[in-house]
Amino acid sequence: MSFQQQIRNIFVGGIAIAVTALMFSGCSSNKSKIGNDNAAEQVYVPPGKHDTFYSFLSGGWTGNISVYGLPSGRHLYTIPVFSQDPTDGYGYTEETKALFNTSHGFIPWGDTHHPEFSKTNGIDDGRWLFVNDNNTPRIARVNLKTFRTDEILELPNTAGNHASPFTSSNTEYLTAITRFSIPMSKPLGNGRDVPIASYKKNFKSTASFVKVNPHNGEMKLDFQIMVPPFDYDLGRFGLGPSKDWVFFTDYNSEEAHTMLEINASQKDKDFVLAINWKKVAEIAHEGKGQIVNATYDHNLVDPKTDVAKTEVLHKVRVLKPSDLKGLMFFMPAPKSPHGINVTPSGEFIAEGGKLSTVIPVQSFAKMETAIQKNDTTGSISGIPILNYKDVTAHEVKNVGLGPLHNDFDGKGYAYATAFISSEIVKWNIKTGKVVDRHATYYSPGHLSIPGGDSRKPWGHYLLALNKITKDRYLPTGPEMFAGEQLFDISGNKLKLLLDFPVEGEPHYAQEIPASVIDTGQVKYFKLEDNHNPYVTRKEKDAKVVRNGHRVDIYMTAIRSHFMPDNIEGIKMGDTVYIHVTNIEQEWDIPHGFALMGMRNAGMLIMPGETRSVKWEPRQVGVFPFYCTDFCSALHQEMQGYIRVSPANSNVKIVYGTNKDLK
Amino acid sequence: MTKKHRILITIASVMLLAVFVFPLWQIRLQAPQYPEGLGLNIWINNVQSLHPHNIQTINDLNHYIGMKAITPNVIPELKIMPYLIILLFVMGITTSLIGKRSLLMGWLMLFVGMAGAGLVDFYKWEYNYGHNLNPNAAIKIPGMSYQPPLLGTKQLLNIRATSIPYIGALAIGLALVIGGYVFYKEKYNSPKYRVVS
Repeated sequence: MSFQQQIRNIFVGGIAIAVTALMFSGCSSNKSKIGNDNAAEQVYVPPGKHDTFYSFLSGGWTGNISVYGLPSGRHLYTIPVFSQDPTDGYGYTEETKALFNTSHGFIPWGDTHHPEFSKTNGIDDGRWLFVNDNNTPRIARVNLKTFRTDEILELPNTAGNHASPFTSSNTEYLTAITRFSIPMSKPLGNGRDVPIASYKKNFKSTASFVKVNPHNGEMKLDFQIMVPPFDYDLGRFGLGPSKDWVFFTDYNSEEAHTMLEINASQKDKDFVLAINWKKVAEIAHEGKGQIVNATYDHNLVDPKTDVAKTEVLHKVRVLKPSDLKGLMFFMPAPKSPHGINVTPSGEFIAEGGKLSTVIPVQSFAKMETAIQKNDTTGSISGIPILNYKDVTAHEVKNVGLGPLHNDFDGKGYAYATAFISSEIVKWNIKTGKVVDRHATYYSPGHLSIPGGDSRKPWGHYLLALNKITKDRYLPTGPEMFAGEQLFDISGNKLKLLLDFPVEGEPHYAQEIPASVIDTGQVKYFKLEDNHNPYVTRKEKDAKVVRNGHRVDIYMTAIRSHFMPDNIEGIKMGDTVYIHVTNIEQEWDIPHGFALMGMRNAGMLIMPGETRSVKWEPRQVGVFPFYCTDFCSALHQEMQGYIRVSPANSNVKIVYGTNKDLK
Repeated sequence: MTKKHRILITIASVMLLAVFVFPLWQIRLQAPQYPEGLGLNIWINNVQSLHPHNIQTINDLNHYIGMKAITPNVIPELKIMPYLIILLFVMGITTSLIGKRSLLMGWLMLFVGMAGAGLVDFYKWEYNYGHNLNPNAAIKIPGMSYQPPLLGTKQLLNIRATSIPYIGALAIGLALVIGGYVFYKEKYNSPKYRVVS
């Protein structure tokens, strides 16, 4: 480039910057759509270096959890949770199929909304990540040592499991409460087959409390509480002084069952439901309430065999508000509140007003005083309603349009998403005054600050989970990834650092410092600890066993061959189970298994692990199989053949590797 | 033998037992895909992975070029060597107790012989391991052999192999130096020699 060209480029570049600055100088926060001056430095993670935070984002309708590094926005991994994954066999293999069982049968898909870390003393401890399925009420537990789904618990007597699975300060309980009220069987309701128009009479809701075993994370539905048939939207356990309480927002206190966008938006106030879970749990354990019949599935990966099993459960304890006097209250909240968040100090509870122009901030201390004074304005289904003025510390004004969620930086500030006006609004928790705001692109739903929902936010970053992407990236047809925006919140002003696209439609995210979980990662499974009933630990133990019409192939995989790799004697009408054990003992050497004509899935088998897939051949012939994970220089050679003969043939079972079968 | 020399021989003999506590030799392998490194600790009676499962990984890698798998329980030297060390230890203690110079000389000769034989044997094992390749190996590079170095660093295809004596071998070496020193002092500084000279 000549000197003149360089000058010209600088000149043209200068004009472009000036024009851009002019275009966006109207923005209230005086920041351009492009971002911040030294943003590139702040998000640059050099090759070979690691991000400082893990970010776990729900995928919404992907049914999964996506894992990203912050501040780079790099996509690290996707954890399959409620959705079958035919690429690695999750939900297809014999070891993982049972995770998908429900009382409705096998469900291959889910709608993940709210990832939630386990907590110790109100602080995220990074042991487990829980996430809900909004559609078929379920809660999954992801093991953060393996990034795998180890357990899925179905919840009976509920529908629309949205306000879930938020955790109490020491992960004693997870929340789940009904968003879509439904008619229920006796004795809870009047039967399930009723006219929809009889909503007000026959539809019911429950708040579920799922107990978590502190040692292994196993979940148990401990008890449910009958609540009025509103749409409960989001929930949070208290922290610090309020830690014995849990708070839920609701809309549709109108109890509408059709055209909710109008009919559930009539009343000026809906509610926050506050429950003293600690006391309720004590009462439940004393035997109060009623054990009712309910069928629901509990799917758990056996830690010894690594095989998922389903236990069908039949009973659940249900309590009524009348059993729980003084332990449940409604607090009025402006029109159809959405999000609800408890400040790190545990003193205040803030909702997203959604259809309101203010964010109401309730004081836990005021709530306790109002309860003591018994200052109520009536009751619904035996649950007293506290006075809005009595419990409200202040209303945050000028928060933009469509406030949905708040999160906290641990330095006395809250940050709210305003969906309709497309911005993040920073406000002072104590004074309720707005101190800063920044445009987002476009329409943020949730937001997430590392540890923002705990007693000790790590802060520094804020992630806006935008619902609309439009022109932010190269277009990919009508549908595109959701667009997240990373802000630096370490200073007084919000600074936009980075846009990055993410899978699915994240509804919420959780961040944690990398150091909390990266050191404990499982790199491979020890073969000697593999107790899968179909494990093959050594090549010499590989075998093919016929038992009637069932054939079990015990196969090993190691760079770069299968044992056996030639198999004959399979016949039409057989059900074949192929159990592949990866006998490598080295980090990041998975092997794949794919078989021509296999109708369910391929498999990825991690080192030291056994995975089994079922195959019912439909054609006579010789079918090649091969390794799908480029494992080594001779990966292409990692292949074999299975011969399928007619049902009436006399081909005997023979198998081997590196020899001609006889 | 002087009292001081007898104590030194006792110390040297006890030092030999270090081989039961520390490895003799360490071979470290580095390659682009193994930033964390691979390695072997060679003990008097075993070959162990430096990091968990390294032997299996090294065998996995080496089978492409036709090298034999390392299977510690079929290496005969690993069965014999502990007894030789114990023999040397017992003889050293006996020498220091009885204090005869002839015993000292015999002990030292055996020691030198065994140390030398050990190194030669180790070299031969490495030579055989690196040269005696499976003719059906997938990867054959004309003229290439994969003998790891006895001491120092050597580039073998993508792998940089470094071989160093470890605490066990260093203890043996030091015991040998002590033995040699005592022998030298006994031989040239004794009253008998002084009289003759």
